[in-house]
Amino acid sequence: MNKPIFNLLNILIRLTSITLLSILFLGAFTLYLAKFYEPKRIEPEVANSSLKQQTEVTEHDFIIDEGYELVVANCTNCHSAKLVTQNRATAEGWKNTIVWMQETQNLWDLGEYEDKIVAYLARNYAPTQQGRRKNLERVEWYNLEPEQ
Amino acid sequence: MVKRRDFIRSSVLASAASLIGFKIAHAAKMPYGYVPVLSQQDIPFSKHQDMVVLNDRPWNIEAMAHLLDDRVTPENKMFVRNNGIIPKNMDVNTWELLIDGESALAQKKYRLDDLQSKFKSYTYQLTLECGGNGRSEFNPPAKGNQWTVGAVSCAEWTGVRLKDVLNDVGIKDSAIYVGYYGSDTHLSGDSSKDAISRGIPLSKAMMEETLLAYKMNGEDIPLAHGFPVRLVAGGWPASASGKWINRLSIRNKIHDGEKMGGSSYRIPCESVAPGTEVNDGDMCIIESMPVKSLITYPKSGALVRRNQKFEVRGHAWAGEKEVRTVDYSVDFGATWQACTLEKPKNRLAWQHWKTTVSLSKTGYYELWVRATDDQGMMQPMVVPGWNPKGYLNNACHRIAIKSV
Repeated sequence: MNKPIFNLLNILIRLTSITLLSILFLGAFTLYLAKFYEPKRIEPEVANSSLKQQTEVTEHDFIIDEGYELVVANCTNCHSAKLVTQNRATAEGWKNTIVWMQETQNLWDLGEYEDKIVAYLARNYAPTQQGRRKNLERVEWYNLEPEQ
Repeated sequence: MVKRRDFIRSSVLASAASLIGFKIAHAAKMPYGYVPVLSQQDIPFSKHQDMVVLNDRPWNIEAMAHLLDDRVTPENKMFVRNNGIIPKNMDVNTWELLIDGESALAQKKYRLDDLQSKFKSYTYQLTLECGGNGRSEFNPPAKGNQWTVGAVSCAEWTGVRLKDVLNDVGIKDSAIYVGYYGSDTHLSGDSSKDAISRGIPLSKAMMEETLLAYKMNGEDIPLAHGFPVRLVAGGWPASASGKWINRLSIRNKIHDGEKMGGSSYRIPCESVAPGTEVNDGDMCIIESMPVKSLITYPKSGALVRRNQKFEVRGHAWAGEKEVRTVDYSVDFGATWQACTLEKPKNRLAWQHWKTTVSLSKTGYYELWVRATDDQGMMQPMVVPGWNPKGYLNNACHRIAIKSV
């Protein structure tokens, strides 16, 4: 074995180790400092956890609940999340919508994810009984002034 | 493309506006934790800030009742309904309309200046209402954009009569339908698929008011509404009035393009119980829209003093027909009083109605309005017959009023 080359390798390894250790130390120190100076985050206080779940939305507008990542990944490629979140259906209804999109709109086979996606949708976007005519809701009252 | 100081109530749009240096309207309404995502960088329209975005891909935006108070609907208060992606780079200099089909005597192409120089132009005020306007009220819910009351407009359209162009091409005796094709693209990006390709029976195509329009309210048609040329078939589901059209086919059968079959713009031929599954073969295409009216003033939520007289007004329309009477009730339909009703500016234009109301007792009221067409058909007070896609909800419009 050629000795000078072996020595050179040895030096290289040592140098590399020192550099790596320094980087690690500096990195850890920076993180420590960052943590020390990090401003405190104030979470909004929501007394009712189910209300929090309803108002907490992802960057894609979906309610955060088990399976929402699958819904984001599979349902927002072609259309906006709003097309989903403004609709209400039973598990059967959501399943039918998926089948329709597969037959006519180029939606792919969802495989093992389908059941989870349908369950998420049926749980979070289920129909409510609204009868033949709902009460007028969310009325914003204002004084009616005479027109100019 | 946003050219006026008008903004849309949408966090997506608000964030878009912030990127391009405009004031953010309704930023306070952005949900907590919302991270703006721009789905479409170009916003090819300018809309009033109170317009409601139902969907941003594809764009579907509706007015609120009080925004529709103008006698002629301006662009910024006109609903936007898309099945696909709004085309980009529509160039009037390269635009051509191809007319073909089994029942066309020849194949002909027209440029815009051909249409304008060869045929006489006409201007009509025409009501365009989305077939699914009011869908949000159906129970069980119907899938699709959950329109409330604002998917209707009545702008002034200028163009050439479709019948003049079809006659110039030549129509075989076998012709029964005219189908359109447009430049909008399918949501999936699949270029072999049409986003929508509907049409109208030949009888509707040959009507005087059915236009190949190139102007809206006296100006070039805005891109979101079909620039440079669109079909306008007033009184029918607005989907029959194809936007960005580049081809018309004179067919010897009912046009079989995208959204002509299945449950699209079709209702059960026989009425069904709510929630019934209906076979495709038992569905019929929607033609004329039913009688309907809207209270555009005052806005719902008015607080009035006891015995204060205030004007109430709006519009009424009846598809192919004319509205004969409009009545209002402040006691949930127990008694009705007549409103003053104007004649339409032309056939298929909405009609303006108004009345003066005062409430002699304090309390919570709902003001309901009901139109009746010239054949005696009346708006129902409850949501009418359920259908799988939630079309044709012409139930009476109502607003909340408190007398204090």
